[in-house]
Amino acid sequence: MADLNAFQSWISACSASIDDRAEDLTELDRAIGDADHGSNMKRGMSACAQLAEQEDFSSIDAYLKKVGMTLVSTVGGASGPLYGTFFLRLAGPLAASEDVGPREFGQALRAGVEGIVARGKAEAGDKTMYDALAPALEAFDEASGSGAGLGESLQAAAQAAAEGRDATEPMVARKGRASYLGERSAGHQDPGATSATVLIEAAAQTLT
Amino acid sequence: MKKLLNDPADVVVEALAGMAAAHPDHLRVDLDHKLVLRADAPVSGKVALVSGGGSGHEPLHGGFVGRGMLDAACAGEVFTSPVPDQILAATTAVDGGAGVLHVVKNYTGDVMNFEMAAELAAEAGIQVEAVVTDDDVAVQDSLFTAGRRGVGVTVLLEKIVGAAAEEGQDLAACAALARRVNEQGRSMGIALTSCTVPAAGKPTFELAEDEMEIGIGIHGEPGRSTEKLAPARDIAARLVEPVLSDLSLKRGEQVIAFVNGMGGTPLLELYVMYGEVKRLLDDAGVTVARSLVGNYITSLEMAGCSVTLLRVDEEMVRCWDAPVDTPGLRWGG
Repeated sequence: MADLNAFQSWISACSASIDDRAEDLTELDRAIGDADHGSNMKRGMSACAQLAEQEDFSSIDAYLKKVGMTLVSTVGGASGPLYGTFFLRLAGPLAASEDVGPREFGQALRAGVEGIVARGKAEAGDKTMYDALAPALEAFDEASGSGAGLGESLQAAAQAAAEGRDATEPMVARKGRASYLGERSAGHQDPGATSATVLIEAAAQTLT
Repeated sequence: MKKLLNDPADVVVEALAGMAAAHPDHLRVDLDHKLVLRADAPVSGKVALVSGGGSGHEPLHGGFVGRGMLDAACAGEVFTSPVPDQILAATTAVDGGAGVLHVVKNYTGDVMNFEMAAELAAEAGIQVEAVVTDDDVAVQDSLFTAGRRGVGVTVLLEKIVGAAAEEGQDLAACAALARRVNEQGRSMGIALTSCTVPAAGKPTFELAEDEMEIGIGIHGEPGRSTEKLAPARDIAARLVEPVLSDLSLKRGEQVIAFVNGMGGTPLLELYVMYGEVKRLLDDAGVTVARSLVGNYITSLEMAGCSVTLLRVDEEMVRCWDAPVDTPGLRWGG
């Protein structure tokens, strides 16, 4: 079960991990985009990491909504609206929860991923963050459905996200900036799928 | 990286502050929201035009704020779209009661952020219409892609529709004219070098000394192919032919011909290119009603150019000729 503190640790861990990997993310984006994914995500996640110090939150959903709004307001590009929408939608199913277990988190994760699909209109195989998030959601549901706890289900989700991320390498991009490269986008791991995996891995470390 | 910078993180705000200092009679700058606003905004009863996008394309868009063109421009980080808060602040600041037209280039981030801002503006009771430019023929448009990029036509559209708004046309008429301009305009670009995004610190892509990239967008992001460098006449043909063909331009039709520099190519070379473009249009029997040559929608210091052709009607030419008074474009009374 994860409480508000655990969710704040999640965001803090996301920020630290994005910080460490900002150059890698920009390098991946340099190959098939316009070389700003790392700096944009770093700016947004560090603003989110400061929220807990600036404000007292009364609930998990209020906190996650603020995280979503902060990402929308600071990241820019396509990642701002996409990750912003993810956290805003994630908040919905957790409205009444003080302690989140695998069932509630599964519902929230589904809402978040569906939010990204609604905003970005991406499908599996388009070489986007959805290619990491969709298998993560599936693995989470499978693990929690067979009785695993939140932490264990997130471990499974993180592993599936990483596999999904790796699987974007040979794909030809059909959405976003990378799509302009056409066939030449193949052979490069997608930066969005990479940052999405960072988010899920951070959740696996903090939400238990 | 060798650039005139203090801290790469401050480049956008410092550029805006410099711009405000350079044009005190024309512009106001909101440094919190990173907006460039017409000094006299909001203009009561006039449709307001708001555009914006990543920085690094100057003079687009901030340089086109002023009488006869944009009412406000939202400056994103370098090559990164602005965020909804900024776009909403711009929309609110310039609404003179006749509604606001958002001019959005078809890049995924720009489209999403402007959509979110338009939803927020509608909730605040402001009438907003959006037009998305997608004139780049280098990109195959299909249901399964992000679609064509908005590039050079954006400049021509901001001038033409800006004039229509200035002469008192209503929001629906401005939006309809904007869509017509977008439908009748096409572009294609090439790069000779990459550019360096300040925050990234090194060139976005590699091109050998004897190579060029055909079909680029305005971030140096590649398009169709990397090819051996060729003489200007051959490059002009590689740019003009797909545009002519995509627009199905026929003998006797009229265009505005726009040769745009990407930031690192001198006017000397742009005029060489324009000469070649004009010759190709003459051969095709297409009349150049008006022309524009220079650095208007750039990619930092990237060398290269784009060619835009806009099939024009009488109203578009009248609006093109109307007076404009902005830092980046100025003519007439």
